Amino acid sequence: MLKYILKRLALSVLILLGVSMIIYFLIRLMPVNYIQDMVNAMNQGGATVPQETVDAMYEMYGLKDNSFKGILSGYFGWLGNIARLDFGTSFLYRIPVTDVIVQHMDTSFLIAIIATIFEFMIAIPLGITAATHQYSLRDYVVTVLVMIGISLPAFFFGQMLKDWFAIKLGWFPPSGMETAGSSATGFARILDIMHHLIIPIVTMVILSIGARMRMTRTNMLEVLNADYIRTARAKGLSESKVINKHAFRNTMIPLVTTLAGLLPSLFSGAIITEQVFGLDGIGNVALDAMNRGDIPFIMGYNMFLAILSVLGVLLSDLMYAVVDPRVKLE
Amino acid sequence: MNQNENLNNSEEMLASAPVAENATATTDTEVPLDKNVRLMSPTRMVVRRFFRSKLSIVGLIMVVGLFLFSFVGPLFLADLGTVDEYGMIHYDPNDGKWGETELDESGKIEYTTSETTFTTADGQTYTIKQTTEKYLKDNLRAPISWDHPLGTDNEGYDVFVRLMYGGRISLTVSFIAVFVITVLGVIMGGISGYFGGAIDNIIMRVCDVLMCLPGIPILLIISTILDSAGIDAKYRIYLLMIYLTLFSWPGTARLVRGQILSLREQEYMVAAEAMGYSTGRKIFKHLVPNVMPQLIVQMSLSLGSMILYEATLSYLNLGVKAPYAAWGTMINIISTNTDILENYFNIWGPPGICIVIAVLGFNFVGDGLRDALDPKMRR
Repeated sequence: MLKYILKRLALSVLILLGVSMIIYFLIRLMPVNYIQDMVNAMNQGGATVPQETVDAMYEMYGLKDNSFKGILSGYFGWLGNIARLDFGTSFLYRIPVTDVIVQHMDTSFLIAIIATIFEFMIAIPLGITAATHQYSLRDYVVTVLVMIGISLPAFFFGQMLKDWFAIKLGWFPPSGMETAGSSATGFARILDIMHHLIIPIVTMVILSIGARMRMTRTNMLEVLNADYIRTARAKGLSESKVINKHAFRNTMIPLVTTLAGLLPSLFSGAIITEQVFGLDGIGNVALDAMNRGDIPFIMGYNMFLAILSVLGVLLSDLMYAVVDPRVKLE
Repeated sequence: MNQNENLNNSEEMLASAPVAENATATTDTEVPLDKNVRLMSPTRMVVRRFFRSKLSIVGLIMVVGLFLFSFVGPLFLADLGTVDEYGMIHYDPNDGKWGETELDESGKIEYTTSETTFTTADGQTYTIKQTTEKYLKDNLRAPISWDHPLGTDNEGYDVFVRLMYGGRISLTVSFIAVFVITVLGVIMGGISGYFGGAIDNIIMRVCDVLMCLPGIPILLIISTILDSAGIDAKYRIYLLMIYLTLFSWPGTARLVRGQILSLREQEYMVAAEAMGYSTGRKIFKHLVPNVMPQLIVQMSLSLGSMILYEATLSYLNLGVKAPYAAWGTMINIISTNTDILENYFNIWGPPGICIVIAVLGFNFVGDGLRDALDPKMRR
């Protein structure tokens, strides 16, 4: 087991190296130029920035040489810093990249964790009723409804909910995290934030319920065809006991393993949902950074996502062996 | 009892040999087997099972309907325009139909009303209504009418006609992307699964790396690179989706590899070996066709997700840019213009509904195909 984990971790490092190389080269090819923007802003202020200063700035930010060799040495410089756990300093925020990520992560995490809890609470019962009533009207209605959920584009559905419930009905604030200028503290502040987050969370839950529900349904159907369920019925157990005790527990095996796979989605932020509702989450911040050429932050954010997804895959493989004793890791 | 059930249940079972033998036992042995029972080819069985599910029929109708709407619709309902030698498109303003980039220049007077209420010193309350007139050159944000079935958008283009053209782009782009992903996935997965060893290891590690790349951020970066390279607005979405396929083939490759690993051990592959067939023939003639069922399902499901991807890119203003239409682009306006969001559902609603119909249709068809192709599923 330990040997397996170590081997997988070593492999993960290799994967991350490959990922970082691709992302770094792509980012350096980006024409969005933070320094040029900054110089333009200064020039608009009336001053004329001398060419030497501009060159010095390029030098300072390590973006001077845009040839293949320059990018390559830039990459190794970045890699060297990473080895010392230094992700660089964000151009826009002028604080370390890790700090920017940590600052904005809690918003994204808060939304994602609540949405995920609701997703599981709704999707699992739905999946089980659909499976136990296979091919009945109930199955069809549930399946069609969750399929519509999967098929909705996040931006369209989010804007629609915003239009109806926030703008037309005025039940919820249309965007932002807190009421502007509000001085509420403590519990009142939490309530205010929750009030702002209800529609984004509802959007995310409805979009993601489908996949989870269909997974539960497929697993449940598979379990219901197993021999031990027939045995349970044969020995005269009540149907509710068969479903709730014998079938449900075995349905949970694949669901529990997907818990570890949720890791990336909990922390990475939902770019589109956050953009639609103007939330201060990490996805929205990254979108802004990408439009403005904040290279260290984009690099840090993308690597953060890649690390999360490598860890997610590794953890869900391990979880599989932990939950299901029949699975042996090579 | 069991046998009767088999007989009543479905003819499709008779296609498999052991059941067909059972069937003859209960019928007249004088008549040859093939006269007595109706044998169905596997393809017909699949088609039959596919059409037995209502959801797959609904899905098929949705998909075919959208295709007709987008590809045939403009031929009858839109002004196709004529392209002159400079590549400019000219529309006929008098034919009663609108083109993709034809402005409604009939002009419009827009009234904006504002109300002010105030109380004078003597306690009287007055309300002043002020209406301002604004003359617009183009007929912007026109309401739904016979002339414009879905009104006009913020620029003065006909929404209905652009919906059809948007469908063309969205559907074409998704089909190209899924096609390329499948071809790449089959080739890489086939090689990887067949040869195994070091080649397999390398290809799978490349897959690992590509699967770890965050999708939307990478496409955002590539899109800005394309912008600076001066790619024509009309073609950049195609290029962008091609880049997307470069990162998306690992899913298909893994599916193909997994299947081939198990198929490789089958007896007919030993037979193929004994016949001395070439490697290419063994892979692409004997192994890949057996992966086809799973591939077809995967393709129809990923068509839906590609449409969503394309729409999201266009919504973020990375895909098709104005004046050309795509469903996502048509919705893009509401991310900056709250007036449209609040008051003009006819501008941004229809493209959204089209996206949902398309994705839903492909998902239904994919699900139906999966059930129809799965020999374990019996209904």
